[in-house]
Amino acid sequence: MANEERLRRTMMFVPGNNPAMVKDAGIFGADSIMFDLEDAVSLPEKDAARYLVYEALQTVDYGDAELVVRINGLDTPFYKNDIRAMVKAGIDVIRLPKVETADMMTELVGLVEEAEAEFGREKGSTRVMAAIESAMGVVNAYAIASSTDRMMGIALSAEDYTTDMKTHRYPDGAELEYARNAILHAARAAGVSAFDTVFTNMDDPEGFYRETQYIHQLGFDGKSLVNPRQIEMVNAVFEPTEKEVLNAQNVIAAIEEARAKGSGVISMNGQMVDRPVVLRAERVMRLAKASHLLDAAGDYISNVKAANSQEGGKQSEK
Amino acid sequence: MEIKKTALAGTLESSDVQVMLSQGTNGIQFDLDSDVAKQYGTAIKATVTSVLNAYGIDNADVKIVDKGALDMVIKARTIAAVQRALDIVDEPNWEVL
Amino acid sequence: MKNSVNRELPDAIMKDLDYKPFESVDFGQPEIQRHAPKVRATTGTDKVVDSLEKVVTENLEDGMTISFHHHFREGDYVFNMVMCIIIDHGYKNLTLAPSSLTNTMNDIVIEAIEKGVVTNITSSGMRGTLGDAVSHGALENPVIFRSHGGRARAIESGEINIDIAFLGVPNADEMGNANGMNGETAFGSLGYALMDARYADKVVLITDNLVEYPNTPASIEQTQVDYVVKVDKVGDPDKIGSGATRFTKDPKELKIAKTVNDVIVNSPYFKDGFSFQTGSGGAALAVTRFLRQSMIDNGITASFALGGITKPTIDLLEEGLVKRVMDVQDFDKGAAHSMKLNPAQQEISATWYADPANKGAMVDKLDVVILSALEIDTDFNVNVMTGSDGVIRGAVGGHQDAATAKLTIISAPLVRGRIATIVPAVTTNVTPGASVDVLVTEAGIAINPNRKDLLETLKSVPGVPVYTIDELQQMAEKKVGKPEPLEFTDRTVAMVEYRDGTIIDTINEVKD
Repeated sequence: MANEERLRRTMMFVPGNNPAMVKDAGIFGADSIMFDLEDAVSLPEKDAARYLVYEALQTVDYGDAELVVRINGLDTPFYKNDIRAMVKAGIDVIRLPKVETADMMTELVGLVEEAEAEFGREKGSTRVMAAIESAMGVVNAYAIASSTDRMMGIALSAEDYTTDMKTHRYPDGAELEYARNAILHAARAAGVSAFDTVFTNMDDPEGFYRETQYIHQLGFDGKSLVNPRQIEMVNAVFEPTEKEVLNAQNVIAAIEEARAKGSGVISMNGQMVDRPVVLRAERVMRLAKASHLLDAAGDYISNVKAANSQEGGKQSEK
Repeated sequence: MEIKKTALAGTLESSDVQVMLSQGTNGIQFDLDSDVAKQYGTAIKATVTSVLNAYGIDNADVKIVDKGALDMVIKARTIAAVQRALDIVDEPNWEVL
Repeated sequence: MKNSVNRELPDAIMKDLDYKPFESVDFGQPEIQRHAPKVRATTGTDKVVDSLEKVVTENLEDGMTISFHHHFREGDYVFNMVMCIIIDHGYKNLTLAPSSLTNTMNDIVIEAIEKGVVTNITSSGMRGTLGDAVSHGALENPVIFRSHGGRARAIESGEINIDIAFLGVPNADEMGNANGMNGETAFGSLGYALMDARYADKVVLITDNLVEYPNTPASIEQTQVDYVVKVDKVGDPDKIGSGATRFTKDPKELKIAKTVNDVIVNSPYFKDGFSFQTGSGGAALAVTRFLRQSMIDNGITASFALGGITKPTIDLLEEGLVKRVMDVQDFDKGAAHSMKLNPAQQEISATWYADPANKGAMVDKLDVVILSALEIDTDFNVNVMTGSDGVIRGAVGGHQDAATAKLTIISAPLVRGRIATIVPAVTTNVTPGASVDVLVTEAGIAINPNRKDLLETLKSVPGVPVYTIDELQQMAEKKVGKPEPLEFTDRTVAMVEYRDGTIIDTINEVKD
């Protein structure tokens, strides 16, 4: 699994039956684009959305984004055709909603494998992820996260979850504390990515920043997003500081030096650098690159002139 | 293949196209309404025709209300309309996709 | 004959109208004799007239040139009021020479054309049913489209010789002192109308707000005015300017606006004392907002903002980020209403704004301008005049004039619906590529190869990929496919002047 190689700060939802949004989904720089065949599509349009996403995947250039599709649940009449169509289209990841047990993932993987064989796609090329939307799902999070080699990640979906927990969402997010930590631990233990739930109020950028900073602090890979305008906001939160970048560069330099000397021990400022520090440095450098903080030579650009502020952004608004 | 029932797919939103198929007797007849008919009328009809041909449909009345849809959208909507018109919504024709 | 941007021009019409083909964006330093208006001397006792009809019938003759301004925009009552009288009295062969034509004027212009009342039109632009009618050959003679600066030049030179200017104003005194700032129908700057007031042989002010003499500040002076006509209403205040201008929420527009800002900020022109023009429209307003933040972050202020003004620009003035606003027209109420309150919001005439045949215009001092495009081609030529179906639906406006700025940025999406914005050749060439420097799209930017300096400075702006314009054109074509060519007849329905008075392109009747 090459999971940790890829940045997954932003997973942008795109309603699967909306041609305007489907065709433009690639221009906003989302790390992952998630075409939705489930909640965003009304029952009579399930077939139409499936064909639209299929054709888009055949023709539209989505650049480097990881392409994900949220199929309809295992309790619906649509999911089998969703899986076949999306595997045939060569989707990167299939996201199954309302996952409560590892068996559900096993069933999905069985169908994915059949579809790969049917449409001549490389076995194992289609990855899967699970959306956790219930107490049962949270309790089984680790079993789900480690249910298959194809697992890309697990995501918290808070709307259904809070209903299941007999509560609703609050601004401080206390009701999600356990689920967030449980899912994050399951993901880390299983070596897959962890995604936080959506934040839907576009008129509350401060709340969005607060929540994103919080899940960044916990250690989530990223967040599910409902609007392209949220991408830059998440990226701003995940952007490493100058100090972090310079420190990471020193670590990388120390690795190079050790390699040049043929030494197995990496040391920096006379101290040994252990593996977690190396991994963190590599992640910081990936983030710095994605945040356009490095010039062509890989050096930190200290004089970024353009405003990184977004609407209602971190900078003060008048 | 014969069209079993009149069926429609797509919306009137910008960048979408609404394709309505009904039974015809005189080959494929088009009624096209599009702001870009001058530049893309022939292309739109060709895309729809190729999907109908792939399903072996020789006779159909096709009403298209186009709102600036890209070719891939026209193809997707036509496939959806055909599947509905042939009453095989739950059995996609994987060869056509 | 062909001009220097490779447009085939109709020899007969060129000769008939004594036109030269477009050669260069460089105006040079010719000596020019200006035209002076006729003056009927008066002490002013007879200026105030109750009857507009009387003024029309006593002064207008067949074949004359009449003018109007478009500062009331979609809320204009004056144009229709005057044209109704003219049509009712059966005048013939008039030339209509307004600063521009708005949709609310369309029906009556079409009626006047059909009845032979109007046989010639010169304007900045036209839209809707009128543009459609002209594109289908309704008018006997070709329309002459001129930029705002080009119109000012043509009026000064006598190419447009206005016999009577009918100018609606939100206030006037009995002698004709008037401004655009006060009154229920205030629209702010009278910039375009100032030309008509100075050069028309007869100037008729039409107002619903007769104020005490002497009325100051006087943008139009009593020395210029022949008649002051009091009417019930000159316009609908709600339709004159848009209300509170809304910041776009369209993520694609926002992305383009942010990239435009990145280009400006990383250009050599972004330094203390720079100047800019942004125009109206959602993306332009978003640019203003991003630019504001960058100016604060970098401790930079602008010496002036130019052109058509919106509230967000006034906010920059009030924050001290912009020192002067040089204002030829106001697009919204906020900008219109602040003019009388802000001494640094200077009303400027069209000639001061944009006229090349001048001892220096504001655009000559302009560093950065952001302009839009219906189409831009791989030679950076821009069309803001004809739609994807070849029908007239736009205006030259200040596009050609402001494009002479040191950094001219065209902001446009790769495609709109199924129509490519970036094309191999524009349908109508309005602004020559020689005056365009950077194209900004949602996919990235393209820099005019003539600007090697900008290619160097902008080649590694973080998050701003640089493409050739051919690459962007191919990206657009890949999305929408190759269109079939539009079909036109041989008949010329409009001539597009470059700002210097040469012909940059013609528009032909569409074939349906």
